[in-house]
Amino acid sequence: MNDFFTILTASIVAINCALLGVFLLLRKMAMVGDAISHAVLPGIVIAYYFSGEKGSVLLLVGATLSGVLATFVIDLFSRKARVQGDAAIGMTYTLLFAVGMILIATLMQGNADIDQECVLYGDIALVNMDKIIIDDNLYIGPRALYTELVAGLVVFGSIIVGFKGFKLLSFNEDFAKSVGIKTSRWHYYLMGLVALTTVVAFEVVGAVLVVGFLIIPPATAQLVTHKLKAMLVWACVFGVLAVIAGYMAAVYFNVSITGAMVTVSGSVFALVFGIMRLRRSKSAKSVIAAEI
Amino acid sequence: MKQDIHAIEVHNLTVSYDGRPVLWDIDFNLECGKIIGVIGPNGSGKTTSLKAIMGLLKPSSGFVKIFGKSLDEVRDRVAYVPQRESVDWDFPASVLDVVLMGRYRGTNLFRRSNKTDLEIALQSIAKVGLTEFKDRQISQLSGGQQQRVFIARALAQQADLYLMDEPFVGVDAATESAILSLLQEMKNQGKTVLIIHHDLQTVSDYFDYLVLLNTRLIAKGEPHEVLTKENLSNAYGGQLTLLSKIVDLIRQNEFPVREKGVDL
Repeated sequence: MNDFFTILTASIVAINCALLGVFLLLRKMAMVGDAISHAVLPGIVIAYYFSGEKGSVLLLVGATLSGVLATFVIDLFSRKARVQGDAAIGMTYTLLFAVGMILIATLMQGNADIDQECVLYGDIALVNMDKIIIDDNLYIGPRALYTELVAGLVVFGSIIVGFKGFKLLSFNEDFAKSVGIKTSRWHYYLMGLVALTTVVAFEVVGAVLVVGFLIIPPATAQLVTHKLKAMLVWACVFGVLAVIAGYMAAVYFNVSITGAMVTVSGSVFALVFGIMRLRRSKSAKSVIAAEI
Repeated sequence: MKQDIHAIEVHNLTVSYDGRPVLWDIDFNLECGKIIGVIGPNGSGKTTSLKAIMGLLKPSSGFVKIFGKSLDEVRDRVAYVPQRESVDWDFPASVLDVVLMGRYRGTNLFRRSNKTDLEIALQSIAKVGLTEFKDRQISQLSGGQQQRVFIARALAQQADLYLMDEPFVGVDAATESAILSLLQEMKNQGKTVLIIHHDLQTVSDYFDYLVLLNTRLIAKGEPHEVLTKENLSNAYGGQLTLLSKIVDLIRQNEFPVREKGVDL
C-alpha cells in the first residue's frame, strides 16, 4: 500500500511538472524553472519558521511568492541592469538559494523537519510518514498526496481555462501584446504556477531534481509530436512512466528513489531520440530509394 | 470618399535604448488607403518605429495616434505582422492553429474559437494560397510559406490598418507575387498597409508613399520625391557604390524595361 501511495504521489508531481514544463520549454525558459525551484527555499524556510508546520497555507503562499519574486528579479537584472539573460538567472537563484541555506542553518537549528539534505534531494521514502487517518483507523494516504492533488487541480484547471493565452504567450509574445493581451499578467501567472508546483514538490523530490521532472518529459514529448495538446499528454505519459519505472528500479537496486526516476527519465529521452533518428534515416533512405 | 482622419499620426517620437536614441524626433502623418513603405539602412530604427506605433516599446517622448485615437481604443482595427525570424517555427502548431491566433483578443481568450473564427481563418488561409497546407506543422513550411502564414493571421484579424515588418525578406517569387496582389486587393478595399522594406530596387514599384529613416526622419513623400540622390546619401551615408547603383536603378525604373529593348 505504501508503495502505491508513493508512486501515486510522485506521479501527480510528474504530471504537474510536465504540464508546466511544456510551456517553459516552448518559451525557452527551462532554466527559469530551475531558478524558481531553488529560489523558493528562503520563502519555505521563513514561512515554516513562522507557521511551524509543513502543510500550512502560509508556507505555500510565502514560498510561491519568493519563487515569483525570483523571476521578477531576473527580469529586472536583465532589462535594467543589462546583465545577460543566463547570467541574471545564475545570479538570482544562487543568491536566493544561498540566503535560504543560511536561514536553514540559523532558524532551523536542530529541527528534524527541514534540513539541507531534505531540501536538496527531497525524501520521497518518508512521504508515507505523514499520514492522514480518518475515523481513527482508516488510512487514506499521505498528506503530500493531497497537497499534490490540490496543486494538480489548480495547474490542470489553469491550463484548460487559459490554454489559448499560454499558447499565444509561448509562440509569439509581441503579437499577443499587439492584440491587447496583458502578457505580463500571463507571464507572472505561469511563473506563479511553476513556483507553486516546485514548492509542493520540494518535500517529495527536492529542489534540484524537480527540474528533471519539469524539463525532461516535455523535451521527450517534443520529439514525438508536432501538436501542442498531444505534447502536453505525451509529457505526462513520459513523466509518469519515469516515476513507475524509476521506483521499481530504485527498489530493485536499492538506490535513491528520486534519483532513479530522473535517471530513467533521461534514459527514456535518449531512447526516444535514438528511435526517432533511426526512423527518420530509414524513411529518408526509402525516399531516396524510391527516387532512384 | 476622402477621409480627413489619418491612419497613423506620429508626433515628435523619440525612442531610446540605454539612453541611446534609436529614433529621434520623428514626425509623420500617413493617409488612409495607401501602401506605405518605411525604408532606411540597417539599424536605422525601422522595426523600432513599428513597435513604438504598436505600443510594444515605450517612447521616451512623443506620441502616436491611430485613426485619430489612442491605440487601445482602436486595437481591433490594427493588425501587426512581426518579423518572421522573431518566432520559433519549431513550435508545435499547424498553419490553421497559427492563423486562428488572429482571432484571439484580450477579451475572448477564455472561450473556445467558434465556427465564425474557423471560417474566417480558413478564408484567410485561402487568400494566401495555403489551403492545401492548412494542417501542416509550421516547421515543415518554406520561409515564404511561413511568411504567408503570418500574413494570413493578420488577415484573420480583419483590421483596417496593417503593420508588416519585412514581409518580403527571404521569400520566394510565388510568395512575393502573392503578397503583392493581396496588397493591391487590400488597397482597393480602402485598407492602409505600412511595410518595413529594405530592398531599394523595388520600392518605387511597391509603394504609394515612403518614409525614409535613419534615426531621424530623412524624407517622406511619394517615391519620386523621396528617392533623390541627396536624401539617399543622407540616409545611407558613405555607401557610395550602393548609392550610385540605386540612383541608376531609379533611373531605369523611370524607363520601363521593354522601352530599353527598343533603344537597343
